[in-house]
Amino acid sequence: MVDRSAIGRSFAPVTAHVEPGRLRYFCETIGERSPIYRDAQAARAEGYSAIPVPPTYLFCLEMMDAENPFEFLTELDIDLARVLHGEQGFTYHVPAVVGDTLTFRSRVTDVTEKKGGAMTLIAVVTEVTRQDGVHIADTTRTIVVRNPKATST
Amino acid sequence: MTQAASRSVGDRVVHKAFAPITRHTLALYCGASGDHNPIHVDLDFAKKAGFPDVFTHGMLVMAYLGQSLTDAVRPKDIRAFSTRFAAITQLSARLTCEGHVTELLDHKGEPCMKIALVARDEAGEAKLLGEAIVAR
Repeated sequence: MVDRSAIGRSFAPVTAHVEPGRLRYFCETIGERSPIYRDAQAARAEGYSAIPVPPTYLFCLEMMDAENPFEFLTELDIDLARVLHGEQGFTYHVPAVVGDTLTFRSRVTDVTEKKGGAMTLIAVVTEVTRQDGVHIADTTRTIVVRNPKATST
Repeated sequence: MTQAASRSVGDRVVHKAFAPITRHTLALYCGASGDHNPIHVDLDFAKKAGFPDVFTHGMLVMAYLGQSLTDAVRPKDIRAFSTRFAAITQLSARLTCEGHVTELLDHKGEPCMKIALVARDEAGEAKLLGEAIVAR
């Protein structure tokens, strides 16, 4: 079981490319119709240098381009089948747009047990920087691990 | 897209309804998002993990919530967006996303508004509870 010794653990940085085709597929999937996310001219009219990504897409980029998208779980010896997503947050500093190359650096910031050990909550913070070094966003997530029932005494 | 300037506390600024979630949606989202966790697309895996069926990626619901937000405010005005996944969203769920202004505040020296967001299924059960900080 994961314990507080995991706090401070960091994982292999992930570098991801904001590719237009993949972004279009994402927009199709979620039914995103806004021209800002589909048409470079409309995006430029709004002041972007290229089509920006929708609010949750940073999370996807990190998973898509990770060599092992569940590295964090395997590193901490967590069974994927026992994991639920508890919370997710994004803080935006600069918009991410098509053509950007982004690097995601994640670390564990907290580990808490809930319900007498039935669940473990793991908080991970990810810093997102652009190819020119600009820090464009931070993401936070809380993963809930449903622990196997302890044998009764 | 409307101007945020005139908004005040209590205003419902976000409201959007979505089509029912199908297995096909989940399969597409698996590929589109890079989240290949089989629990959302492989019934055998989901059952083995103790669930009656596959269920929706929480991040798909958050993407819908984000879309309902960017329909209502200028995307470049969004400073922060967060959610808590309150309940599992089942297949066939028909989600409605809503957001109300709860506070006008200064965020790092910039006039902003706080919007409380919720995604509910057709039974009214809250699936995601979130908030956004948006420049005004």
